[in-house]
Amino acid sequence: MKKKNVLVACGAGIATSTVVNSAIEELAKEHHIDVNLIQIKIAEISSYIETADLLVSTTIVQKEYPFPVINAQAFLTGIGLDKVKQDIVEELKKE
Amino acid sequence: MKHLQFDESFILKNLEAKSKEDAITQLATLLFEKGLVRESYIDAVLDREKRYATGLPTKGHAVAIPHTDIIHVNHKALALGVLKEPVDFGIMGEDSKSTPVSIIFMLAMDEEHSQLTLLQNLMGIFQDEEILHFLMEEENMTIIKEKLLTALAVH
Repeated sequence: MKKKNVLVACGAGIATSTVVNSAIEELAKEHHIDVNLIQIKIAEISSYIETADLLVSTTIVQKEYPFPVINAQAFLTGIGLDKVKQDIVEELKKE
Repeated sequence: MKHLQFDESFILKNLEAKSKEDAITQLATLLFEKGLVRESYIDAVLDREKRYATGLPTKGHAVAIPHTDIIHVNHKALALGVLKEPVDFGIMGEDSKSTPVSIIFMLAMDEEHSQLTLLQNLMGIFQDEEILHFLMEEENMTIIKEKLLTALAVH
């Protein structure tokens, strides 16, 4: 399985993406998946279009991208978190 | 790592605000008057909130975490606003939905990708109905300060 490049984005690249980044790191470890996490501000996304496999974002994603996008709000509120974790693991495990 | 600035004087309890802009301006002005953020912080937070909403519905009272780029910040700080009547904030990550926010945690962060424990603990508060309820009901600023600093583990 190819090591996936996962973008973790929020508006400022300061607060929420830091928390989500760490949560996904844990999640990947739990499932023994090797991932390459890249924490960004959503405004920086254009530099990563070619290389990313998944975007996990706490903020609105305006455009269509060639990779799936998962809303990470659940990591902040705990509401619906199990489902979001499951979605992320499924994406990470895809060939 | 510089210490987080927060004490009783960073809490606006029974905050009366006509709108989210009004509430944000009051909290950001408080941080500016303490010299912890630059004057540009106020407009920068308002602008960012417009583009990237920070309202979060919780299982208890909805919260918001307005913040902005580190260049507007002199020193890491937190301001807490507990609103008398909720004001609508856009929901983080949603296009046009809003949520009536009662508790505002305004963050002034001076480093990117850092303060993980503090931020994790802050999100932990959002998942803790009991402490959200406590922040709404408690009127003693010192007790609020102590409880919050303990919950954030920045004592």
